Amino acid sequence: MNSGPIVRIEGLTRRFGPIVAVDRVDLEIARGELFALLGGSGCGKTTLLRMLAGFETPDEGRLFIDGQDMTDVPPYRRPVNMMFQSYALFPHMDVAANVGYGLRRDGVKAPEIAARVAEILKLVHLQDHARRKPSQLSGGQRQRVALARALVKRPKLLLLDEPLAALDRKLRESTRFEMVRLQEQLGLTFVMVTHDQEEAMSMATRLAVMDAGRIAQIGTPHEVYEHPASRFVADFIGIANIIALEGGGWMALRPEKITLSAARPALPQTVAGRIVDVAYEGDRSLYHVETDAHGTMTVSTTNTSRAAGDAFARDQPVWLGWSDEAGQRLEA
Amino acid sequence: MRGRARFAFGMLAFGYAFLYLPIALVIVYSFNESRLVTVWSGFSLKWWHALFANEAMLEAAWLSLRIALVSATGAALLGLAAGYALVRAPRFPGRTLFGSLVVAPMVMPEVVMGISMLLLFVGSERLFGGPDRGFLTIAIAHTTFSIAFVAIVVQSRLADFDRALEEAAMDLGATPWVTFRTITLPLIAPAVGSGWLLAFTLSLDDLILTQFVAGAQSQTLPMRVYSSVRLGVDPQINVLATIVVTIAACALILSGWLTRRKA
Amino acid sequence: MRFVIGLPFLWLGIFFLLPCLLVLAISLGTYAPDSVPPVELGFSFKSFALLFSDDLYLAAWLSSLRIAATSTLVALLLGYPMAYAIARAAPNRRPLLLMLVVLPFWTSFLIRIYAWMGLLADNGLIEQFLRWSGLASNPGTILGTEWAVHLGIVYAYLPFMVLPLYATLEKLDDSLLEAAADLGAKPFAAFLTVTLPLSLPGIVAGCLLVFIPAVGEFVIPDLLGGTETLMIGKVLWDEFFTNGDWPLASAVAVCLLVLLVGPIALFQRNQARSLERRT
Repeated sequence: MNSGPIVRIEGLTRRFGPIVAVDRVDLEIARGELFALLGGSGCGKTTLLRMLAGFETPDEGRLFIDGQDMTDVPPYRRPVNMMFQSYALFPHMDVAANVGYGLRRDGVKAPEIAARVAEILKLVHLQDHARRKPSQLSGGQRQRVALARALVKRPKLLLLDEPLAALDRKLRESTRFEMVRLQEQLGLTFVMVTHDQEEAMSMATRLAVMDAGRIAQIGTPHEVYEHPASRFVADFIGIANIIALEGGGWMALRPEKITLSAARPALPQTVAGRIVDVAYEGDRSLYHVETDAHGTMTVSTTNTSRAAGDAFARDQPVWLGWSDEAGQRLEA
Repeated sequence: MRGRARFAFGMLAFGYAFLYLPIALVIVYSFNESRLVTVWSGFSLKWWHALFANEAMLEAAWLSLRIALVSATGAALLGLAAGYALVRAPRFPGRTLFGSLVVAPMVMPEVVMGISMLLLFVGSERLFGGPDRGFLTIAIAHTTFSIAFVAIVVQSRLADFDRALEEAAMDLGATPWVTFRTITLPLIAPAVGSGWLLAFTLSLDDLILTQFVAGAQSQTLPMRVYSSVRLGVDPQINVLATIVVTIAACALILSGWLTRRKA
Repeated sequence: MRFVIGLPFLWLGIFFLLPCLLVLAISLGTYAPDSVPPVELGFSFKSFALLFSDDLYLAAWLSSLRIAATSTLVALLLGYPMAYAIARAAPNRRPLLLMLVVLPFWTSFLIRIYAWMGLLADNGLIEQFLRWSGLASNPGTILGTEWAVHLGIVYAYLPFMVLPLYATLEKLDDSLLEAAADLGAKPFAAFLTVTLPLSLPGIVAGCLLVFIPAVGEFVIPDLLGGTETLMIGKVLWDEFFTNGDWPLASAVAVCLLVLLVGPIALFQRNQARSLERRT
């Protein structure tokens, strides 16, 4: 077994007419990672995923999977499986036939197919639904069938296109944990495309933020949040106050790193202002504070006591303060 | 809203009466004693006996059935290929020409198509000494005419088709051909089937095209019916009409029942 | 893929495109009654000249267009409310209602026209009904008149009108009408400003599906019309089968095609657009 990265991408480019969907992307993904491609719509994340699957042919660059050049290999000869955003379950086959489809294509013997299908269905808690048609399943069940179908061939790489987008909020949160559990249990490498930063942050071991066909930053969720490399990343992930520094450059300051108080706090950096908007969110409150020095800033407070949400009101003069290490200096 | 709906439903009832009264009367008069279809003179099955003893009519019906089977199958295969190519091959040399060739027979006046195909067969007879006009030439003409109808239904079914299903199959290791066989074809099979049925019916019913390319020996059912009704009303034709309407109604009810059961 | 494109392409090239070119070639030949087939190939516009100089042909063209146009209009006026009613019916009843419209289409065209022969015949049921109801005291025989031809065309092609109309009306979102009503449109105004414009592709498709075959129709004028009903399809047939003038019949065919190129192109653009909208 090769011990290098499972995926290596060099200068990968894909154009659609005049639009450059993916622009000279370099990327390495290690074995056993849950890697997320994060970005807004049209940033090129889906095109990159489809090039990994083999549905799009790159115009330039090379793509290696487990050390082998896969750039011109058709999708049906790649050791890669994908879970589609629409799930793409075959409507004319039942759950077992859907899950066993890929094994049949590989010429696996019928008894072994039955055993492996039963095993994977048990893993996703669908052992009792093997004879159902996709149309007879709920959204969450369909999602798990799609996952099982992509997992059953033990791919070197599992690609997931917006895996949770079609689920409702409550189900989405429990499924997140479920998928991370499966990924760790099976020891596979997952590459996931998502537009939902919360999903990427909570699931991924590492993530790449994409913008206009290029990778803006790669890192662990912690690195990307606490040490954004650019104004774009700082602004895209969570909320950031971008403050112009004296002598050029900017600083990104997260709302929860700022102390809000009525009296001037004993912190190295302070600024006076007035509250213009309050958004009470239950667990925390967000305040928009108009300051002379830095314009409107966003500050959040955690509502640790039941009275905390009412502590500040609109139009109230307040003080903001933060420590010297609270902000991240941005180069671009 | 309500007034307009009532008017529309009134027109619908009128439309159904308009569509079905003539057919109903044809059926009723197939059991008439008299030769006249304007006067009811008592119940009789004599025209039914007469039709089933009419050798020429039965022979024509058998010929029509065979031609319809062959041409519908040919049209289904060629129409499937044409419809598939039109949706799945966005660019190839001559695509615009191909697209118009596929649909043109559907909108081309039948007399024009008839004369043009006859000229082709006359030409090939002079150049190559064949084919003889009859079964083969009629089947070719009907196939050509029906390709468009199959292609259109296949095309519209494929346009609704989720491409991700085919991508999923390929992702799971199916080559393009296996993908077509295991995913695409089963899912568009109902469209191909209804296209086949349409081609079959059109072939069974065609008069004008057939008249041009049939030659002297072959007489299809519509040709016999036509030469008979030209001379006036004939109760045997009423009997034939009754049979045709019954078969069509049964087939439609059956297909409706099948699709409902599937859904 | 090459095979998938090539096979139908080749077939249609040989059995459709080539014959069309042959018709053009023959129409430029001259009539030679003594040879078999009765054509002498060449490059002469004699047949076309004859078509445009003889009043009989001109009259046939004009009456074909007129009959096709009025029949199309009548079919639209009858078909639109029908399609509308089906689209507004309860969803589980729509397939049945639609099937009732389609069913006659699956029976023989010839037999459906034949059905009217008995009804319209001398002293037939329609005549008896008109006399009995007092709508006309002495209606005379309808069979053999232009009335009968109109009736036959509307009857035969009504399903072609209803189907595309239904397809567009069925897709119409109810909330659009509610929005129009909410913004102050009375039901009829809502119909005129929302329903009608949105069903325009269906109207175009339906009208062309009736008009195009009606112009070249042969069976209906032959069986229901009389000697004075001139239609171009019948002229072509008679020139070919009765007079044996192949070049003239070919010239009629070429003219008929040229005449219908506009409507056919319009129909195809309309279809392509509605297909695009779906993908």
